[in-house]
Amino acid sequence: MGEIVSLEELAAEVTPGCKLAVPADYCGVAMAATAAIIANRPKDLHVVCVPVTGMQGDMLIGEGLVGVLETSAVTLGEAGGAPRFQDGVRKGAFKLMDATCPAVHSGLIAAQKGVPFLPIRGIIGSDLLKTRTDWKIIDNPFQKGDPIIVVPAIQPDVAIFHAPEADRFGNVRIGRRRELVTMAQAAKATIVTVERISETSLLASEDSAAGVLPALYVTKIAVAPRGAWPLGLWGEYAVDSAEVARYAAMAKTPEGFAAYMDGFSRRFREAA
Amino acid sequence: MSADYSNRELIIATVADLLDGVRHVAVGASSPMPAAGAMLLRARNELAKKQRVRISILGSEEHNFFTNGGVELFDCTAQGRVDAFFLGGGQIDGEANINLVGAGPYPQSDVRWPGCFGSAFMYYLVPRVILFREEHSSRVFVPKVDYISAPGVSDGIVRPGGPHAMLTGMCLFSFDKERKRFALKSVHRGFTARDVRENTGFDYDAPDIVPETKAPDAATLELLRGRITEELSESYPSFADMLRAERKAAA
Repeated sequence: MGEIVSLEELAAEVTPGCKLAVPADYCGVAMAATAAIIANRPKDLHVVCVPVTGMQGDMLIGEGLVGVLETSAVTLGEAGGAPRFQDGVRKGAFKLMDATCPAVHSGLIAAQKGVPFLPIRGIIGSDLLKTRTDWKIIDNPFQKGDPIIVVPAIQPDVAIFHAPEADRFGNVRIGRRRELVTMAQAAKATIVTVERISETSLLASEDSAAGVLPALYVTKIAVAPRGAWPLGLWGEYAVDSAEVARYAAMAKTPEGFAAYMDGFSRRFREAA
Repeated sequence: MSADYSNRELIIATVADLLDGVRHVAVGASSPMPAAGAMLLRARNELAKKQRVRISILGSEEHNFFTNGGVELFDCTAQGRVDAFFLGGGQIDGEANINLVGAGPYPQSDVRWPGCFGSAFMYYLVPRVILFREEHSSRVFVPKVDYISAPGVSDGIVRPGGPHAMLTGMCLFSFDKERKRFALKSVHRGFTARDVRENTGFDYDAPDIVPETKAPDAATLELLRGRITEELSESYPSFADMLRAERKAAA
């Protein structure tokens, strides 16, 4: 539990065909680890975006590692649309499971609670239901004439994110990003990269303990300073907008994407 | 006689008018004009000692009082604690169906947009959803959307929310949920009812004489150019800079 390992050892947890949960850009995205994962080339990943993705998802798609994409959106934010995602959609390069944000949260919450499904409002009448045949309409058993959607539990094989800090006991500070707790409790394994490891336990005081993912739910931790770059990390550093824009421009073509990725992986190899 | 104003300033002032009476409005991270309108209403209410307006800017660290992660917005909405929200779309049709997914056949869309986000939930549950799309063209306002991310109206389900109005760069529409139809309320200065008709792909109702969208008064413009621009700088720095540059060029 909460074993502190190298980035390579951490990345090895992501194996071909695994269901991988990744957070939205504002939650701490493990970009350095993504470079390490790409180096291993695990194919046919089922990527569950919680509830959306950006550059990380676009890179995994561009590298041809995604077999199934389950997401409520893919966007590079201010830098615009995600080019490898858009190209992959046109070519039918992966199975697309379009979703809506609260349905992704609900699926993970169901897994977190160990129940098979969770009801959720809305969705009925949306074209999402035409392809999301795994979502069902049931009659509210407590109230006549109230059809409601149920979504099945989502249990990722691996959840991965980047956080500011872990302690040497394997507890991870997640602040108010509570969806990271949900992801980790729903997943079979959780791997986390952090900016630094502290010597004192994060559970030692009430103030810090409230915003902590306990080591019980953490499989492996690796240190990766500025590990969310070029994306930002809450409370630590802002997104490198110029770099994201550079990616957005280069990734418009497969060749430009390959050139970008070459530099991206080299940067992390050198840092390691 | 009102002071001179830009179309953007008119849109922001109209957003504030459309939000009148709300207690809590949620705004997307990439929606500077709706956010500006919400901030304008908040400032106005504060000065008039009217009820306090809470604004949640999604993804912002400063303008966000949620502590339970990304799911809290949706929980808060389902509890009836979000009064107003903004939605847009790559396509919007005459029944207020919105498409955030893509143009052409699904799933291999010719043009793919980011995706539904929370629309297939928020559109159903927020009482006052304002559809906002600055680009007013027949490419956006189509007879029928290629993909329904969320429908404008629903029958036979619990749905306390839905479209309240639609604001574009050219005009303001109201929406009649019973008749499933938009009605043209006003056109912005510089545009005519004919411009709207020619650039809208769906049919809608319109009065014989279409009024001009209410111009922002001097007090509104003063707030907008001072305090609101400052407030915007925190979450939407490039948009705030653009407003300043627009004003400088006009001066």
